[in-house]
Amino acid sequence: MAARTAAGGNRLADWRQSKVWRRRIAVTVVYIVLIALSISFLAPFALMVSTSLKTEDRIFTETIEWIPNPVRWQNYAEALQSFPFLLYLRNTLFVCALVVVGTVLSSALPAYGFARLRWKGRDVLFLIMLATIMLPAQVTMLPVFVMFRTIGWTGTYLPLVVPPFFGSAFAIFLLRQFFLTIPQELSDAARIDGCSEWRIFWQIIVPLSVPALATVALFAFIGAWTDFINPLVYLTDENTYTLAVGLQTFVGRHSSEWNLLMAAATVVTLPLMVVFFFTQRLFIEGITLTGIKG
Amino acid sequence: MRERQRNLQGWLFVSPWLVGFFLFTLYPILASLYYSFCDYRVLTPPRWVGLANYVALLTDRDYFLPSLWNTLFMLIELPLALIIGLTMALLLNHKIPGIGIFRTVYYLPSIMPVVAVAVLWLWVLNPQYGLLNAVLSTLLAPFGLQPPGWLADPKWSKPAFIMMDLWAVGGSVVIYLASLQNVPAHLYEAAEIDGAGAWHKTLHVTLPMISPVIFYNLIMGVIWTFQYFTQTFIMTQGGPQNSTLFYALYLFYNAFRDFRMGRACAMAWILFILTLIATLIVFRTSARWVYYEGERG
Repeated sequence: MAARTAAGGNRLADWRQSKVWRRRIAVTVVYIVLIALSISFLAPFALMVSTSLKTEDRIFTETIEWIPNPVRWQNYAEALQSFPFLLYLRNTLFVCALVVVGTVLSSALPAYGFARLRWKGRDVLFLIMLATIMLPAQVTMLPVFVMFRTIGWTGTYLPLVVPPFFGSAFAIFLLRQFFLTIPQELSDAARIDGCSEWRIFWQIIVPLSVPALATVALFAFIGAWTDFINPLVYLTDENTYTLAVGLQTFVGRHSSEWNLLMAAATVVTLPLMVVFFFTQRLFIEGITLTGIKG
Repeated sequence: MRERQRNLQGWLFVSPWLVGFFLFTLYPILASLYYSFCDYRVLTPPRWVGLANYVALLTDRDYFLPSLWNTLFMLIELPLALIIGLTMALLLNHKIPGIGIFRTVYYLPSIMPVVAVAVLWLWVLNPQYGLLNAVLSTLLAPFGLQPPGWLADPKWSKPAFIMMDLWAVGGSVVIYLASLQNVPAHLYEAAEIDGAGAWHKTLHVTLPMISPVIFYNLIMGVIWTFQYFTQTFIMTQGGPQNSTLFYALYLFYNAFRDFRMGRACAMAWILFILTLIATLIVFRTSARWVYYEGERG
């Protein structure tokens, strides 16, 4: 009798033990795969930074030298000189600021209209708006170019910064999804007190939506910072270039000086990385808001 | 009266978008349709030529048809990105210490400016001194094989682009991860009671529950592929031997290099119709594999 219980207990202990072990092995395997993947994702970044600090004669080596020796900080100074970085940075920030302000302002209003007001034609218009997200940019790009050319806006920043003031379908969609989560009772109570819709929007909804508005601002900022084709098409004077287009012309002129090219690429990437590190949570929230209910 | 006021208010609130829609979407769509039937060189007014642009394009074996084929080839990337992205999201869905760091690492490449990615990968893909071939040549040496020339080789240039894009797959990983975390825990518990293991839970609970997100990503992926431009414009300009002359690049060349606006608009409209067809196909087949909660019950 006693022997039987002991054996049973053992088997139970074994089983428990094996479950713990199985979990431990599983976690270890997960870690190994995660780390292996991380290395392959980080290697190009490491290569970029490492090459950006090499002297010319240490770039083309038989095996890759990960630690530059000697370290040449000079590359950054040279890259920034042969490519008017500060000027392009100023231009980029100027465009980004206007795009962000325009997108946030003119997307919040329609989003409120779509999310919190009931009116005739709303659902049809909303569907049309969603459909425009899927419209290939090429279909509208050329006539818009002709239009801006006719009114003499090519060569200026206006084609880059004016359209955002007419809202972005994606931003409106994101904000609408967020506005829908705010309890309707808040608006109803305000309406009973005689608040106008404008005041409800401005004094109740906007203060409650700061995270969503920040997410929209962030996406607009990154979109404007990385935009390539629009500055390429519209900016004709080299002094008005943004960083993305400036970097491209730099590539054309220094096609084999990899240390300078990598320094320039690092410099153009770094500000975005910094922004990203401080705003990670906003990113994830924005993606959760729009990605889920596709 | 109040009803009318309410309607007016709604239209007022959406008016910024509505004006933008007419100016920057509806009018341009119609204008590009009109231009597509014209010989239009920007400097002179458009001249009606009927279907000439479409006929010229669809019989152009040197540029247009290759550019279409090259772009269709790039669609291989979508299932690859789906498998890799989902696997990574499933891995990241484990609640273990340090997982946030991995998530950040995988996401980083997707927020790098495309121009910078292009410059960096020109170097990574360098046939002689690049990082990729340094790794590959050590792996291939025992078999006596040589790594390919990537962007210098018409056979390998498209796979090179696909690999570069897969490096930035992190953007969709985060979307998948967010949707994974939305799958209700009780479904997994129910599956466990029925004796399902990890594999069966993934197959019969996770995948059906996140299928709408997969569906959305596939559609956006098709559209994205047809707009593939910046990378080839910077890295290869369409070469070698037009092997990376993608649809959007050839359209751009027509419009802004050769100033054949009419031809470019015809390309834009063909693109528009192709994306519509592709979207419809995905939609049609989706009834079979996309599960919407609360749809039937």
